[in-house]
Amino acid sequence: MAELNINERQAGDVTVLDMSGKITIGEGSVALRTAIRRLLEEGKKRILLNLAGVSYIDSSGIGELVSSFTAITNAGGQLKLLNLTQKLQDLLTITKLLTVFDVYESEAEALNSFK
Amino acid sequence: MTVETTELSLPSRIDTVATAAAAVAEFVGRSGMSEEAAFGIDMAVREAVTNAVLHGNRQDEEKTVDLTLKSSPDALEISVHDQGPGFNPEEVPDPTAQENILKTSGRGIFFMRTFMDEVNWLIRPSGGTTVRMVKRR
Repeated sequence: MAELNINERQAGDVTVLDMSGKITIGEGSVALRTAIRRLLEEGKKRILLNLAGVSYIDSSGIGELVSSFTAITNAGGQLKLLNLTQKLQDLLTITKLLTVFDVYESEAEALNSFK
Repeated sequence: MTVETTELSLPSRIDTVATAAAAVAEFVGRSGMSEEAAFGIDMAVREAVTNAVLHGNRQDEEKTVDLTLKSSPDALEISVHDQGPGFNPEEVPDPTAQENILKTSGRGIFFMRTFMDEVNWLIRPSGGTTVRMVKRR
């Protein structure tokens, strides 16, 4: 089984990536990077990462979230985060990244925020 | 509680991070640390081994990453040794400084210091760096 599973679905013009597993150095980080690059190549620039199933993230995974955020923002798009686990929320708080990312607990609210 | 010591010698590959983390998790489980402490130790070990593989040994498979795990009644001590040239930890920029927040790397040592009670580095004149991390009970 892959370290990180990513399921893609479309909600209007927002692409939602439902993620489960680990975003860690190696396979997990690469899977996220590959998915974001492909979406940008397809012109999909409004992206919501549903992290409910992400059990673990390391500094490499956090770096990949930052890299994704920067790539999408530079392409004129928006990246938002949904359903952070408490541990991920804690990590983003201590790294001060919670002030950078737009974070939601409700998918409907998150999707509305793109409009 | 008796003192227990375990030593591991692993190749300088990315998959060594997960191997080391699994071995440490088993050791921590036997040592009776809290779940919260175990989470922090896991984070710190993954970051220390990542640094040893990437920055210390530069993924040279001729070089090993060596771990020593010690459990005592007072604390758990983990040392990670690589064969790289060493670095000055004081020169590593603060990843939470405003100008560094959006950097894509540089948070590993910050996590090690956040989750462990003591973190120090020993640069050996003969070559190699050891990071020693302590989590008190």
